[in-house]
Amino acid sequence: MKQVLEGSHAVSEAVRLAKAQVISAYPITPQTHIVEAISAYCANGTMNSRFLCVESEHSAMAAVIGAASCGARTFTATSSHGLAYMHELLHWASAARLPIVMAEVNRALGPGWNIWLDQTDSLSQRDTGWIQLYCEDGQEVLDTTLLAFRLAESANLPVMVVLDAFFLSHTFEPVDVPRPEKVDRFLPPLSPRFQLDTANPYAINQMAAPDVYMEMRYNIQFAMDRVLGQYDLLEEEFAAIFDRKHGMAEAVRCEDADIVLVAAGTTASTCRQAIADLRSKGEKVGLLKLKMFRPFPTDLIRQNLARAQKVAVIDRNCSFGAGGIFAQEIKSALCNVDSPPGVFSYIAGLGGRDVTQDTLEEIYLQTKTSHTPARESIWIGLNRELVESWRN
Amino acid sequence: MAQLNIPMQDYLNPGHLGCPGCGATIAMKLALRALGEKTVVVIPACCWGILAGPYPQSSLNVPILHTAFATAGAAASGIRAALDLQGDTETTVLSWAGDGGTFDIGFQSLSGAVERNEDCIFVCYDNEAYMNTGVQRSSATPFGTRTTTTPGQDWKKTRKKNIVETLAAHRIPYAATASIAFPEDLIRKFQKARKMKGCSRFIHVLAACPPGWKIPSDVSVKVCRLAVQTNVFPLYEVQDGTHYCLNNEGHRPVIDYLKIQGRFKHLTRADTERIQAQVDKDWQLLIKKSAK
Repeated sequence: MKQVLEGSHAVSEAVRLAKAQVISAYPITPQTHIVEAISAYCANGTMNSRFLCVESEHSAMAAVIGAASCGARTFTATSSHGLAYMHELLHWASAARLPIVMAEVNRALGPGWNIWLDQTDSLSQRDTGWIQLYCEDGQEVLDTTLLAFRLAESANLPVMVVLDAFFLSHTFEPVDVPRPEKVDRFLPPLSPRFQLDTANPYAINQMAAPDVYMEMRYNIQFAMDRVLGQYDLLEEEFAAIFDRKHGMAEAVRCEDADIVLVAAGTTASTCRQAIADLRSKGEKVGLLKLKMFRPFPTDLIRQNLARAQKVAVIDRNCSFGAGGIFAQEIKSALCNVDSPPGVFSYIAGLGGRDVTQDTLEEIYLQTKTSHTPARESIWIGLNRELVESWRN
Repeated sequence: MAQLNIPMQDYLNPGHLGCPGCGATIAMKLALRALGEKTVVVIPACCWGILAGPYPQSSLNVPILHTAFATAGAAASGIRAALDLQGDTETTVLSWAGDGGTFDIGFQSLSGAVERNEDCIFVCYDNEAYMNTGVQRSSATPFGTRTTTTPGQDWKKTRKKNIVETLAAHRIPYAATASIAFPEDLIRKFQKARKMKGCSRFIHVLAACPPGWKIPSDVSVKVCRLAVQTNVFPLYEVQDGTHYCLNNEGHRPVIDYLKIQGRFKHLTRADTERIQAQVDKDWQLLIKKSAK
């Protein structure tokens, strides 16, 4: 049944339907609505689960690691500084091969304090061994969270479901909330492959010397590679029950496009409108929406971008000293194909600044009129006067 | 010779990686004898992270979750939550951390867990410095100690944090000190803690470290006994953070404890007198608190 839901509550509803057993979290704006709703479900008996109100995000992740090691289905949510504070434990969760699901609301890192949209927080965690899935709207948030539990439990890897601060977390949209019986068909109770058990005692996560450590790390990479194959099958199953799927990436009018815009999250929605308008003016433009960032779906990216002349990547993030992070990944995915398109890297909309259709048209025109891409990322919408004033 | 009245079933295997005379190993051996097989052990970074053995071995016959340095309290809480949901309230969750994982980097998660009154036993086996990384000072290192980060004349000039008092300030239902030199007392306290289900319990065990304390490996137990006999490490219990009960009274001078340890050998008479005065003051305070 369709309900008008806030993006945050699309997560909470999915966690309720997934029957997560142990949830642990620490408040941070703009993630709080997710866990407030789950707390209420735990308190009023809607969920037969334990909500652990811990004293930090570091402890939130440690608590779900403990619970998952004991065979429980687990969930947490965070954002920005909270995610950065968890960093050590993100490595711990993936290397322990625990199927933890986390909602992460993309928010800027301070200083200066800024609670608005920015992707640098989650992208900074790209090497932690977490599957990362970026969502565009409330329905995709709900569906992806449900899928995340299945994916995590079949790959024995943790999954991060990423949604934009406010533009998605605090926006109300009609969302189809499936019936519990349907969800149960898709997501049976967790049967853990290993767990702490006094009847069968062994140690988990102990010292690993050089003779075994590398093989353990190879297996994480192997599991990540397998996810690329598993994901399509899981989505087929999902679609058979719920009649929806979103893909690891989505190509919109890429088949004959000279220029393809690449974006993730709600920016992809704005791109849809921008390319529709540009198409009506005769421009041959397409969109590649990035959903899965880890593992990076290189083949799918190549398949959809190799035919274009130019690619314009819109990054709401920056790896200082290197530039837009999605652009770097796209460049590396295309570097070994024959006559690859020129990849233009644009940084826009940091710290919650709007990326409007005008912004996107400016990016499109700049890409169209430039012969070859600049070596650096191009910053869109900068107040140059302000920048100059700080230099003196 | 009197027979000790302690359970004989061991859950610590021979072949662990402890140094000769390791007090932390004796502490674990005794604790698990008291707690039995229905125990899940959480070990953050500390000597015990090594003593428990590398993959694919384990020196314990109970399940262990090794966890990140700061997280023993939180990881134990998560295990407890999962066990409870599985209907298993019988199994004891034992958080087993060193002084770093309790007094310093692990203090926040321990404080959080105890404030939530998590149904776990939190143990600090205290060897009074970061021994696993090569004897660096912690906030459990006593006044007067030389470590590799308080070397030469920069020996530690501040006193040891009183961890039991901090836990008492949380009004934890049960807190106690214990010593590897008093095994019956230690076993009794762990058994008592095991039976007190449904709430947080904390046990602070002094565990000598021969390389860190600069003592011969055959005097670990003797040094820990002297710590009690000189009131440097009194044995006592605290119920609900307010009801104190002293288990032993020491009468020997502190110098007897200090003089046999290389880590204190640089101290002057004035320094040791200052330590004696501090120990006396702390002892009087403890007597006052335990008075009915």
